[in-house]
Amino acid sequence: MADFLQHLINGVAAGTIYALVALGYTMVYGVLKLINFAHGDVMMVGVYLGYATAFHLGRAQSSFAGILLIFLVAMGGCALLGLTIERFAYRPLREKPRLTALITAIGISFALSYGFQLDYGPLPGAAPRAFPEIIKPDEWLIIGDRDVVIWNWQVISLLIAIALMVMLQYLVFKTRFGRAMRAVSFDHRVAALMGIPTDRVIAGTFMLGSALAAGAGLLYAIKDTSVQPLMGLYVGLKAFVAAVIGGIGHVPGAVVGALLLGLVEEFVVGYTASSWRDAVAFGFLIVVLLARPTGLFGQVAAEKV
Amino acid sequence: MSRISLTVLAALSVVGGACERKNAPAQSAGQSGGTPQGVSSAPGQAPGGGVHAATPGEPGTPAASGGAGTVDGDTILIGEVGSLTGAEASFGISTRNGIELAVNQTNESGGVKGKKIVVRVYDDQSKPEEAANAATRLISQDHVKVILGEVASTNSLAMAQKAQPAGVPMISPSSTNPKVTQVGNYIFRVCFIDPFQGFVMAKFTKENLKLTRAAVLKDNKSDYSLGLTEYFTRKFTEMGGKIVTTEAYSKGDTDFRSQLTAIKGQKPDAIYVPGYYNDVGIVARQARELGIKAPMLGGDGWRSEKLFELGGRSIEGSYFSDHYSPDNPSPLVQKFIAEYKAVYGSVPDSLAGLGYDAARVAIAAMKRAPDLSGSAIRDAIAQTKDFPGVAGTITLDENRNAVKPAVVLQVEPGAKLKYITTISP
Repeated sequence: MADFLQHLINGVAAGTIYALVALGYTMVYGVLKLINFAHGDVMMVGVYLGYATAFHLGRAQSSFAGILLIFLVAMGGCALLGLTIERFAYRPLREKPRLTALITAIGISFALSYGFQLDYGPLPGAAPRAFPEIIKPDEWLIIGDRDVVIWNWQVISLLIAIALMVMLQYLVFKTRFGRAMRAVSFDHRVAALMGIPTDRVIAGTFMLGSALAAGAGLLYAIKDTSVQPLMGLYVGLKAFVAAVIGGIGHVPGAVVGALLLGLVEEFVVGYTASSWRDAVAFGFLIVVLLARPTGLFGQVAAEKV
Repeated sequence: MSRISLTVLAALSVVGGACERKNAPAQSAGQSGGTPQGVSSAPGQAPGGGVHAATPGEPGTPAASGGAGTVDGDTILIGEVGSLTGAEASFGISTRNGIELAVNQTNESGGVKGKKIVVRVYDDQSKPEEAANAATRLISQDHVKVILGEVASTNSLAMAQKAQPAGVPMISPSSTNPKVTQVGNYIFRVCFIDPFQGFVMAKFTKENLKLTRAAVLKDNKSDYSLGLTEYFTRKFTEMGGKIVTTEAYSKGDTDFRSQLTAIKGQKPDAIYVPGYYNDVGIVARQARELGIKAPMLGGDGWRSEKLFELGGRSIEGSYFSDHYSPDNPSPLVQKFIAEYKAVYGSVPDSLAGLGYDAARVAIAAMKRAPDLSGSAIRDAIAQTKDFPGVAGTITLDENRNAVKPAVVLQVEPGAKLKYITTISP
């Protein structure tokens, strides 16, 4: 029973991070029908921005203001990076065949993940680094004889993740920008005829998705403590799978898909052979797609973002 | 970002100007490590071909050499493949430093047969397919006399498949999986092999620590990890111990909590984690976080300064088997440490020591060999006997493996390693 509870906690923690990254994939797909393969690497850049900020803050890094600043710098920096990538890599290709943009996305992904392995000037180099403990670890809840341990950073990470998702939900469904975004996703040519500045909305979507990825990246770095330039490839792939399971283009679907993926992975490892994890996780994707080719929530077109 | 693109552009334009031949320039492989080897070891002796042509100091010279780096009068070209980038970058960089030191010392004292040695280094990004490509380049394009590398057994295996059919002798400094030298009679190593390393840790756990219930956490993508798991499990069981569970992860994972939670449920006395430092550090943190107090045990893949950074206080108290201890008072070892420190500013890890040894074994063999053909050098390497290496005396057996004892080290507070014991074959 204690095992089950611990697995549940681990699975939810992994799932919420997949969810934040998956949201970026799904939003960009929603507005552009583009799978932005560079998304995971934007997350990695966010992590290194946070790393650099924490490093400069020194001891102040674990104060409330310090943590806030780390998140702001990472998310702001990534929003700018997302904007730049969209403006210079994707916008010129918007009217070209969709495959062109997809290949460009893969190119940017490799440029970022391998470029960051150089160690000139501010570039971090290839070796993994320990992410600073910006939330000083402390046991928040202990059940039994340390059968289950919940740490303060697990709780704080979960709260931050939920807060980010709530903010996103508000932005997409309650604001003018969100309405414009949904309109563009419905049909960007018609939206343009209606006077919606589609370029600006698409740029805004990229900024939003990239900022969320940076937030997710920091939570990931707090959880797993090790950062290296290739981290975005692995997390990005898993988050992409989560977005597809949920029905790509569908915001709550991405969250549900990510939580499911996190839990499935965790329980496969916990209760069967751990070597089966990825096989079962991707098998799960195939089963979902066989049963519902557009993902769990894919058919509800009205709620598409 | 503009700085990088400028650097890349500059490098590309130099390379492009220098090599008009059909051999494409090294796709940043050799350059990304920024290796100054060709320059530092043989000033003014441009070896020709791709990589070194990119060194800004000598853009004009390569045209002078005959082929793409064949024997050009007064230099001998040897090749090295290493993980200068990617997950195991620390291994590749240490090894490269060790080799560079050995080659520079040789060149300062007159070189081999009156010729300077030049090392061509290619980065394999810690990937076996890149290691195979790099080995092919070294063999068919650069025509090197000897190949040194790799650290990770999976990568060395990929290289050996290329070196053996081409008849180019290859020495792996530190790949411990037995399969590496089984590829053929041109493949050597200067370190012990995994059956022995697994035996060392099994014996240490059972007899020195007196623990009987062990769990294993292995990396399913690594020949090294799978080999160690197999031999440790066999020896430990033979000695009367019990393996309570074996869990697995895949290289690149950073969340090991599910496996560790499953291990915790079995209540082991010790956890054997025969992985590489980049995974082990995180495993240790997450194990302590989940409340697992059992000591962790491992192999030579743990050895890196990065282990302390990634593992923090969680890794303290853990034990691993290794090739050498910097505490060894032998004058040979202390002289090596002092010289290494003077150049690279840190205490050499065992991979630097083994890289140094591998290069010196190769150099000694080239000195002894009647000529520099592949078969002559191979025969000379095979005769290596009682060679004084910094990581133990090297005698190559009939299977081309070095037979030598292992040390067991313990991680201590303050990023220090404590010598515990030596276990002989």
